[in-house]
Amino acid sequence: MIEAPSVPRLQTINLTKSFGELRACDGVSVNVNAGEILALLGENGSGKTTLVNMVAGLYKPDGGEVRVSGAPVAIHSPTDARRYGIGMIHQHFKLVEVFTAIENICLGMPRESTRRGLMARTLAFIEKYGLGVPLDMKAYRMSVAQKQTVEILKALVRGADILILDEPTAVLTPQESEKLFDILRKMKEAGCAIIIITHKLAEVMELSDRVSILRAGRNVGEFATAKTNPRELTERMVGRKVDLSIERVHAQKRPLLTLEDVSYAHAGVKLLDGVSFDVSGGEILGVAGVAGSGQKQLCEAIAGLTGITSGSIRLLGEELAHLSPREIYDRGVRLGFIPEDRLGMGLVGSMDVTDNILLREYRTQRGGFIRRKPVRRKAMTLVSDLAVVPPDINRAVSQLSGGNLQKVLLGRELMQSPQLLVTSYVVRGLDVNSSYTIYDLLNDRKKNGVGALFIGEDLDVLLELCDRILVMCAGRVTGILDAKHATRAQIGLLMTGSEAV
Amino acid sequence: MRIRFVRRMGVSAAAKLLLRFAAVVLALLTGALFIRLIGFSPAQIYAGMVKGVTGSTISVRETVKIAAPLCVTALGLAVAFRMRFWNIGGEGQMTVGAIAASYIALFHADLPQPLLIVLMSAASIIAAGFYGFIPAWFNARFGTNETLFTLMLNYIAIYVVQYLREGPWKNPKDMGYPKIAMFAANAQLPKVLGVHIGWIIALALAVLVFVYMRYTKQGYELTVVGESSNTARYAGMPVRRIIIRTAIISAALCGLAGMMKAAGADRTLTDGVAGGIGFTAITVSWLSELNPIAIVVVSLLFSALEKGAGYVQSTYKISSSAAAVLQGIILFFVLGSEFFIRRRIVLGHLHDKA
Repeated sequence: MIEAPSVPRLQTINLTKSFGELRACDGVSVNVNAGEILALLGENGSGKTTLVNMVAGLYKPDGGEVRVSGAPVAIHSPTDARRYGIGMIHQHFKLVEVFTAIENICLGMPRESTRRGLMARTLAFIEKYGLGVPLDMKAYRMSVAQKQTVEILKALVRGADILILDEPTAVLTPQESEKLFDILRKMKEAGCAIIIITHKLAEVMELSDRVSILRAGRNVGEFATAKTNPRELTERMVGRKVDLSIERVHAQKRPLLTLEDVSYAHAGVKLLDGVSFDVSGGEILGVAGVAGSGQKQLCEAIAGLTGITSGSIRLLGEELAHLSPREIYDRGVRLGFIPEDRLGMGLVGSMDVTDNILLREYRTQRGGFIRRKPVRRKAMTLVSDLAVVPPDINRAVSQLSGGNLQKVLLGRELMQSPQLLVTSYVVRGLDVNSSYTIYDLLNDRKKNGVGALFIGEDLDVLLELCDRILVMCAGRVTGILDAKHATRAQIGLLMTGSEAV
Repeated sequence: MRIRFVRRMGVSAAAKLLLRFAAVVLALLTGALFIRLIGFSPAQIYAGMVKGVTGSTISVRETVKIAAPLCVTALGLAVAFRMRFWNIGGEGQMTVGAIAASYIALFHADLPQPLLIVLMSAASIIAAGFYGFIPAWFNARFGTNETLFTLMLNYIAIYVVQYLREGPWKNPKDMGYPKIAMFAANAQLPKVLGVHIGWIIALALAVLVFVYMRYTKQGYELTVVGESSNTARYAGMPVRRIIIRTAIISAALCGLAGMMKAAGADRTLTDGVAGGIGFTAITVSWLSELNPIAIVVVSLLFSALEKGAGYVQSTYKISSSAAAVLQGIILFFVLGSEFFIRRRIVLGHLHDKA
């Protein structure tokens, strides 16, 4: 344990919370001092979110105590939490979409606080921490990063100096994350106590002063960030030795996918602009770029979901441009696609594993009726092969955790024996274990001659996993690098639009 | 102290049953209070309602007669609702189906009865199917709002009947009184066990729709489109075609219900042929959670309520609006119990979720 210099600003002592049979938090004690950033690390389901939800007044603890500046407090609601200076930034933002930034900030404030006064306070915080956001912009027009900024401002204006952020970078680009970290560091210097929930180790190492690790609802370790390393943290987190290096397997290459001068414009905006590249079988081609640089359109163009304005997309010699997904399938070309929006596009949330596998299978069955029996067998195989938890093929997939959801989606796509796999942010929001399972699955297919297009956001992963990295900026390909020799700096430069020499 | 409603998941079957039972008891108690207030004996009125439904073979038959078109319409709507296509044009589609069937009934009554009935059914299905195609095509092509579109089409259909009644189809034998002639005996639905065969059609359709939704590719497709059209596109489904196809099936079923009502119950065409069934069917459909088998039961219960209220109204000389209030009270509690099956009341502060 690390000696706290004074009384912690926020402290939980043996907080316990059960949901039915499940002990989500089993006597968790953490503390954070003023002027400190504490990283709360743990796999999905380890109790991080439950813990902070108790502190934020969303859940009522079954046992234990919360202390603010040493004094025991009873937090029964978010209003109580606010009174003690606790502000929570949730993973899903809670802004009124049709309100502007400042309207959202003023919303629900006591009547005596005038709008002008609030405006002044907001501007002061913007000045102090560099929280740039247009205050008269409506929420629905904001980027995710801007919405997050508004949420932070909301908390600050309400007087929070204990800030809890639940996976704040899951939805941000590397650049936006950097900006957020700068802001958080400034807040720390100004004396705020900050708790950040994450499972990205690089961020923990970069940002935090201390790390508290949870596993299965219990404290399993606390470290000063300067005195630990990612390996130690991971081992504590998953509870066993792990190999953090991602394997780059080598496989026989053969020509597979070729894009030539592909452009796509929507409503006058060029979303893809003369994109040309190729992917070989037995190769993983990584795609780096700031979110919204055309990755989504690229994937959907290849998968036949959006048409293209000009150019050609050939897979194993078949021209795919202007073909619908059904037509592509009928040409005998097998293409697996893991879209970014897993529940909104890849899967049907309310349906069970069987019916989700049916999404790809039902058309191959003869006649007008559906036979679920063979599909159910496949679902059982998938669930047991990929160790989906819980192994229940009759459960609606929306009730699965992110990692297990992704296993179902990827497993289904692999079942088609695809020649090409298009994956978009395939490990986003997944914990370490699940991410490595996914990398292993991709490498396994690669060995068998499958080519993959891997849209990623973590440059370290791209550099380790992929054979080559394609960098996109504003719909253009700004460079294709050999991953063995490329550096983060090189990629970063290309992401901002400077062409490769 | 604050009152909040929290959504709940996974309510046990026993709890559901208990809640619904409680709702019925509360409804009866509140209804009793109301009956007392307007100066009648609750026991007598309730006994009257039961007697009105089950008192004689005739009253049971009457109840089934009300239930048949309601059930078929609700089945039709359920198909569309499963796709999240808000077809509230049941009234119009019933009416159009009835118009088409009436054309055959009025002008080709010389045909033998089986052929005539088949033709009338086919006409109602085709006409109503087309009436459902219109909003679906606009929705699939231009993304128009099907709720408004189908609602507006209701009025057009009803006014067409009024036009036919005042003009081309006016029965000259009714001496200037605007009425469409009664159907010939040939064009009326034959009876089985004393009720027109609509009830057999309704039962058969319930099974058919159940199988269609659960075990056919088309049923699977429309469910996926309802959940997410993006997922449907991703899976290579022809989304527009599915929307149009499903809306046509939905409307065709409503049209058939319209034919049943005209040729089975009314034995003529009036502008009240749908008479609100298209709207009641929305409630029936949702109360049954879009389950075709449940729809049969729920439409029978709805019809029993209707029949019972009608009986006490005529027997005890209760005003029709008071009978309607009584009906409303019972419905209010039953629908209300559905709200509480899905949500939990939380008093005071925000607590954990169950």
